[in-house]
Amino acid sequence: MSAKDVPGLVLDSVTLEHGDGEEMVTALDNVSLVVEPGEFVAIVGPSGSGKSSLLAVAGALVPPTSGKVQVGGVELTGMKPKELTRLRRDHIGFVFQSGNLVPALTALDQLRLPITFGKKVEPRDPATLLKEVGMDHRADRRPHQLSGGERQRVGIARALVTRPDLLLVDEPTAALDRQRSQEIVGLLAREAHEHGVATVMVTHDHDVLHHCDRVLSMVDGILSEYVPQTVSAR
Amino acid sequence: MFLALRELVFARGRFALMGSVVALIAILMVLLSGLSVGLVNDGVSGLKKLPVSAFSFQKGTSTDGAFSRSTVDVSVAETWRGRSGVEDAAPFGNTLVNAKTDSGVDIDLALFGVEPGSFVAPQATNGEKLSDRGTVLLGQTAEEAGVRIGDTVVVDQLETPLKVTGFLDGQHTFGHVDVGYLDLRTWQEIRAGVRQGEEVPAHVYDQVTAIALKGDGIDLAAGDEALETKSLTLEESFGASPGYSAETSTLDLIQVFLYAISALVVGAFFTVVTIQRKHEIAVLRAMGSSTGRLLRDSLAQSLILLVAASAVGVGLGVAMGAAISGAPMPFQLDFGSIGAATAGLIVLGVIGAGVAVLRITRVDPLTALGGSR
Ligand SMILES: Nc1ncnc2c1ncn2[C@@H]1O[C@H](COP(=O)(O)OP(=O)(O)OP(=O)(O)O)[C@@H](O)[C@H]1O
Ligand SMILES: [Mg+2]
Repeated sequence: MSAKDVPGLVLDSVTLEHGDGEEMVTALDNVSLVVEPGEFVAIVGPSGSGKSSLLAVAGALVPPTSGKVQVGGVELTGMKPKELTRLRRDHIGFVFQSGNLVPALTALDQLRLPITFGKKVEPRDPATLLKEVGMDHRADRRPHQLSGGERQRVGIARALVTRPDLLLVDEPTAALDRQRSQEIVGLLAREAHEHGVATVMVTHDHDVLHHCDRVLSMVDGILSEYVPQTVSAR
Repeated sequence: MFLALRELVFARGRFALMGSVVALIAILMVLLSGLSVGLVNDGVSGLKKLPVSAFSFQKGTSTDGAFSRSTVDVSVAETWRGRSGVEDAAPFGNTLVNAKTDSGVDIDLALFGVEPGSFVAPQATNGEKLSDRGTVLLGQTAEEAGVRIGDTVVVDQLETPLKVTGFLDGQHTFGHVDVGYLDLRTWQEIRAGVRQGEEVPAHVYDQVTAIALKGDGIDLAAGDEALETKSLTLEESFGASPGYSAETSTLDLIQVFLYAISALVVGAFFTVVTIQRKHEIAVLRAMGSSTGRLLRDSLAQSLILLVAASAVGVGLGVAMGAAISGAPMPFQLDFGSIGAATAGLIVLGVIGAGVAVLRITRVDPLTALGGSR
């Protein structure tokens, strides 16, 4: 259950390097971060600063060069690829930039799909969840028949249906207008708080930060507290 | 299967297109199999129906001309009969002639000369057996050609009259012509080219094409060594039917090409489908779907496609084949051989698809992050 008293995500002195020798890029530089269940954390920063890299490491897609990663109290270091796949299935939800729904599936089937990936105790009911994100009236539509905001709602619901401990969200509002962006981030905040999901959202959109419990800033792979003045002075 | 089935429905146009290619190949397979079985039966059904295990030919005859070139002495049958494993041995004559019935039907015949009462002598459907002199029992197909019981078949040039006393059950053909069984002595005269009414040299009655052998554990090599003969099993002797090896090997080759085409076409199709799904697959893998599950799903999808398409193709092919079967051409639907060909088509198609979908394992789930990459 998500209401565990262990943090949803722990990054402990995580460093991630790409390439080697002269070409080496430090995408994450000694990053430490704890996100508690139900906490909604936003990360902002310039392009190429390492935001997606942080999601990749937290999402068990890339092993860090050094440091420790824990998701839902489970230590990732030393896990085999198969175990990492199972961990992603059971403990992590991803919301991608443009929804990234499966073209062949209706909105309702998008939510059923992760449940077919394997045993997971008590997934949320797809129909109820779809209603919760306000998409029950579009249950039978396929992605190409949905608007960008609707796709994003379905994408969020799909990520939540297996009751993950950790929700990782990569620029959810990139393709949306202001109004839609507020609604989507508001929905993420509500889900995080009501269902105790530790949520990390990467965004360029400074207008949605008021929905978040905590905002961090990423610059050149270094994670620090967000200071609004610095950014608005840009 | 959840996703595999829904994708089949969603992309039905594309899958239907692929399916029709497979169905067309399946139709070709059925027609080819029918032609193949038809030709084989046309060539050797008369031999297949013999209760013979092997034929012993003249030493040094090559397989492809064995029935037309070989001559052995009748007495060799006695010697074979004495060897271990040989249940029975009998002289067997085989020669191709042109003939005409007195009712005016032209008919080409493969004349099988056998001793009445020997184990190779057949019985007609009306109970008639071979008489000692000058009667003939014909394959059923000769009846379809218009020959009737009581007709007299006259061998061209020699004018030898052969009275038709009965027909044999089922197809009896050899080298694409009907088989006619007659007594050995008359056969020997025809083979020696003795015209009706001429004096017959005594040595004519010593010669025959081959010795037919019956028995399970016959040591053919040892017998050949001792008797200076060349023995072929019944199966091997099929190759001595005119055109048999050329026809079967050509058709087999076409069939092999069809298998290869089907595997490649299906493989190419699933390669394109998999490449198009690359980003989707990355997303699914990031969401925690195992590669094994994704592979199984894609294979199941290809199997459903192949089975459905082949079923349609085989159905159409059999319907077309049934229509052709009535026409005067060697075509026969054999469900065993159609089944084997269909299984081959499906298995090779799945292998083609399997190689194609293996690239699922090379998709990096990391590419799901950051829509631009
Ligand atoms: N596979 C890789 N190989 C080499 N370098 C990489 C790789 N992936 C990312 N990088 C580098 O790591 C750094 C951080 O990249 P990252 O994608 O995390 O940035 P980002 O903050 O998400 O940027 P954006 O806002 O543009 O998405 C960049 O300098 C990038 O060039
Ligand atoms: Mg990024």
